[in-house]
Amino acid sequence: MMRYAWPLGVFIILAVFLGLGLKLKPSEVPSPLIGKSAPIFSLPQLQAPEQIFASKEMLGKVWLLNVWASWCAACREEHPLLVELARAGIVPIYGLDYKDKREDGLGWLRDRGNPYTATAFDKAGRVGIDFGVYGVPETFVIDRKGVIRYKQIGPLTEEALASKILPLVRELQK
Amino acid sequence: MNRLIALLLVLFSLPTYSQDTPPPVNAAVEQRMIKLAEELRCLVCQNQSLADSNSGLAEDLRREIRAMIVAGKKDQEIVDFLVQRYGDFVLYRPPVRSTTMLLWFGPFALLLIGGIALYLRVKRRKQEIVDTPLTKEERARVNAALNVNAGDHA
Repeated sequence: MMRYAWPLGVFIILAVFLGLGLKLKPSEVPSPLIGKSAPIFSLPQLQAPEQIFASKEMLGKVWLLNVWASWCAACREEHPLLVELARAGIVPIYGLDYKDKREDGLGWLRDRGNPYTATAFDKAGRVGIDFGVYGVPETFVIDRKGVIRYKQIGPLTEEALASKILPLVRELQK
Repeated sequence: MNRLIALLLVLFSLPTYSQDTPPPVNAAVEQRMIKLAEELRCLVCQNQSLADSNSGLAEDLRREIRAMIVAGKKDQEIVDFLVQRYGDFVLYRPPVRSTTMLLWFGPFALLLIGGIALYLRVKRRKQEIVDTPLTKEERARVNAALNVNAGDHA
């Protein structure tokens, strides 16, 4: 009996670990920025290049920072959700147009609707680097003290909004 | 005809080569950048290093690394800059932490377990071997055989 117990035990342990491994998403790298102060930045606004969007002015507010670009296919998927969320008026959404051309970004908002209270224009992608952005779209939930509380990697989904983002926003707004 | 088309395609594609090449840089800076970037993982295409990857982000990060080298930053400072933003995931050599203990020391632990198992098994085997003294006839036969052999060689 014992002869078979050993290999069987080893097999079960391996199978459990490999099974868990299948459920991991290697494309979602946990951000070290969660629970830390969001990088402070100021950038020209997309619609009004002469006006500066300064993240410091957001202190005292709970807000979402959505990183997007007109060249990003997955952004297309989440855009209607953003528009809907903005219409609901639960939380202000600010955009970061990442490594884009200004006219393309403007065209995107014109064609698909503009859910953003304001959009910062990160042409060189430097602010994106400070936020550890590696795949657009990404969405950050930032609290009143300017601390990043959550990061959505990839497009927003109804499920992510309902189960994580909106409950968190309500909690932070209390 | 095909040749002509191919020629035309080549001709038209030539000008695009030079467009995106960065301005010439100091070879020493470039060498240090590549050495650093080879140890860092590209987050977009995760099985490539920052040095290998063609993704836009990798290009941007190489540019940042170059800029930091020119600014006189130490290698460790540059690595820290990236770890702060992207986490330990960017390092091909993960640091020793409580979460990476298994990764670093697991193989040695397995080796130790294997060694102990082998030792115990060999020890048990030894105990299983029972000394049975030869009977008188057997001894006589062995002696006879040995004498014959000794005679052969002598």
